[in-house]
Amino acid sequence: MTDALEVAVARKIGEFELDVAFTVESGMSVLFGPSGAGKSLTLALIAGLLRPDSGTIMINGRVVTDCSRHINVSTQQRRIGMVFQDGLLLPHRSVLDNVALAVRQANGRRARRAVARSWLERVGAGEFADRRPSSLSGGQRQRVALARGLAGDPALVLLDEPLSALDSPVRRELRTLIRDVIISSGVPAVLVTHDAEEAEELGDVVIAYDNGRVTGRSMVERPACREPRTRAAESTESE
Amino acid sequence: MPRVKMKQDIAQTLGGKQKAALVVATALVGLGLGFGVAYLMAGSIAYWGVVSGPFVISLRVAIPATVIAGITGVASGYALAKGRFPGRSVLETLGSLPLILPPTVIGFYLLQVLSPGTKVGGFLTRLVGHVLVYNVFGCIIVATVAAYPFCMRASRAAVEGVDPSIEEAARAMGLPNWRVALLVTIPLARRGIAAGLTIGAARALGEYGATLMVGGDIDGKTRTMSLAILDSFTTPERNTMILILVLMAISAMTGVGLLGRNRP
Repeated sequence: MTDALEVAVARKIGEFELDVAFTVESGMSVLFGPSGAGKSLTLALIAGLLRPDSGTIMINGRVVTDCSRHINVSTQQRRIGMVFQDGLLLPHRSVLDNVALAVRQANGRRARRAVARSWLERVGAGEFADRRPSSLSGGQRQRVALARGLAGDPALVLLDEPLSALDSPVRRELRTLIRDVIISSGVPAVLVTHDAEEAEELGDVVIAYDNGRVTGRSMVERPACREPRTRAAESTESE
Repeated sequence: MPRVKMKQDIAQTLGGKQKAALVVATALVGLGLGFGVAYLMAGSIAYWGVVSGPFVISLRVAIPATVIAGITGVASGYALAKGRFPGRSVLETLGSLPLILPPTVIGFYLLQVLSPGTKVGGFLTRLVGHVLVYNVFGCIIVATVAAYPFCMRASRAAVEGVDPSIEEAARAMGLPNWRVALLVTIPLARRGIAAGLTIGAARALGEYGATLMVGGDIDGKTRTMSLAILDSFTTPERNTMILILVLMAISAMTGVGLLGRNRP
């Protein structure tokens, strides 16, 4: 079976050197490590927002970056969905427009808005459709950002610390939502976090980062039905 | 402040279509009132017969000049803010020259470029099939050149001020770069762009030095209000024209001020 994502890249920014290689299959993979370890930089490279100095990136078996062959597919052509830490919703458009603009698979404004509305319903943000992002709370904005990330029928969803700016109760609520929505959508996802509990709660696979290197990889065992998890993510120290 | 809060609440309560309807309704009422007052006052405005000709010519010059300078200024301001291309610094320098050169020098160069007697002017005249000096076209070109630097520089600064991470988010949504520019960057930069366009329009309306050289100050053809004021400096109708220009400038600046309020 083709891996959803294959990454082997290096990039130097000032004194910091990132040099990582890993693969991601279906489900939710978590890049876990301290701040400044290079997790978000890796996500930006996967998204094509930055170029690596060397290496390759493949999404669903398709080469999107290959420095030796000078291949660098634009962000728009990578067919990814992204959820940013602070939402980054378009402030001058309605919530519905924010999601509808990301819909690639439907033709016509009406069809795109219908898809967008159904995604907003799925993340529990249907009632905010006509509001501006500035009138929403942080948690509501991240629900919309999640809908936007998934509405474009992406091959891969990238979530860059989507919960780190939120208060604890909202965080817990959204963790469950993110996992449920992403697993039910069947889209492979890569989530970045520095929170061990979040990594354990959300990830099927946890890839540990430190100082620009991958230091471990572990599978998170899950019971068949969803229950509170007991294993900690310290197994990431293996390897 | 409660009043500002209330305006924000209203802005958030109204949907896109309702807002558009409100803007159109306000504009129609404003236009109706304006024409009504002008109609009623036409007999009362001193020297209206003398003033109306240059007033109409000024509008015929300033409106197309602002539109052309606005479109080219926003496009080149965006390119300067975002792109690294050959000739970038040349565009920036040449585009800003009308700000610092004396109007007579601009007029001289424009005459060199536009007069049918010169090589370039002859070519341009044949290309457009119309003489471009001593008529309203010449005046429009001069006003466009005068307005362009304001539109270009304001657009560039406004585009540079847009948070690049929002544009990245839009690209990650799959929007091609031209849609990111039209749907994200320019709408978010609209206040700065609008301010530049307003000042550009005021400049187009007020230009007279180069207009005199290229347009020729022909009564009923190229005599704009600014030129008419110069010509009638010793006659009483100048006061009416000065008053009209001052009122137009105050309206424009009030418009800029309103654009800067209560927007995300």
